[in-house]
Amino acid sequence: MSLSAVTVLGADRPGVIAEVTSAITRSGANIEDSAMTLLGGHVAMMLLVSGEVPPASAFPGLTVTATEVTSRRPPGGDAPGLGYVLTAHGPDRPGIVSEISGALAAASGVITGMTTRLCGRLYVLIADVRLPEAVDVAALMRHLSAVCAGLGCEITFRPAEAEVL
Amino acid sequence: MTTGARDDAPPGDIRREAAQDGTRRQAPADSVRREAPPDGICREALPDGVRRELVGAPHPVLTARALPVDPTDPQVVAAAADLLASMRRSRCTGLAAPQIGLGWRLFSIDVSRHPGTRSCAGELVVANPRLVAASHWATAREGCLSVPGLTGDVSRATRVTIQGERPGSGAPLIVHADAFEARCIQHQMDHLDGVLFLDRVTGTRAVYRVVQKGVRQVT
Repeated sequence: MSLSAVTVLGADRPGVIAEVTSAITRSGANIEDSAMTLLGGHVAMMLLVSGEVPPASAFPGLTVTATEVTSRRPPGGDAPGLGYVLTAHGPDRPGIVSEISGALAAASGVITGMTTRLCGRLYVLIADVRLPEAVDVAALMRHLSAVCAGLGCEITFRPAEAEVL
Repeated sequence: MTTGARDDAPPGDIRREAAQDGTRRQAPADSVRREAPPDGICREALPDGVRRELVGAPHPVLTARALPVDPTDPQVVAAAADLLASMRRSRCTGLAAPQIGLGWRLFSIDVSRHPGTRSCAGELVVANPRLVAASHWATAREGCLSVPGLTGDVSRATRVTIQGERPGSGAPLIVHADAFEARCIQHQMDHLDGVLFLDRVTGTRAVYRVVQKGVRQVT
């Protein structure tokens, strides 16, 4: 069965999620993974859909793209490594995301989720990060601190709390 | 922290509702033990303060570690009074000195009007607080007057004991707090260490924009 990455973008209004998911369901496709958020009054969805994705005409008023992909989900769940949460905040300026993500990438870190918010002059970045077990975390933290100091940002980098019950 | 309490609700409403459904206790004698006489002492011992402008992030005073104070210093006493006045005027449950632009280890709380309150020390100002016990962690959503527009899920101890000093007399103070009061105290103490709730959110999906009308920031 085919697997597609579907993106949906449009003005937020009541019922938009129901319309999108109903159209996918009616076509016989299945939503495997999805994420949705509001960006400046626009609804933005990303879905991993198995099966036949309905044509764009099935989503009136929305911009929809579908790209066929191959599954890269590792067997047994999440990718290996150690989970961390990174928070950076400070005065808004260009380059915060790119410099911090660059520092993580240099250490083979993978950003598995990211949220940025701009509130007045305050820019906030929260990232879920997965690091290979061999990474020198202390050295990475020192590097991140130096990067953020150059950006005028405060940073915290801490292990993700997972309560396995 | 964010609450669903309505801005237009008179203070007595919450207490009356709580008394009827039994979900809250008002200043139980066994949950707050202090070495000085309880409720109202801070207010009586301090001069009238003035409301100060609140500092919003990003600002260096909010990310710097605050300095210990002499609780008997008249300037510190005046700052404590200003904290109280600013807290009352802002209708919030707590303020830390950095939020009024002072890098001093001083905070005020009053959670008596919050629906999530169990222990309740009333209106209280503490200088040089130290956390001496913390247990029973729980995650809840909170916000901050210094970070308007955002809230976040933060894990904090629901039972804490702190030691500190009372501004004015300098008398030692011990507060045992739980539930919302414990959260509020930890939030204020974080401010004294230059830490915002944003530094403690549990992940990328734990930060929210404040969009609901009528929901107010209370710390």
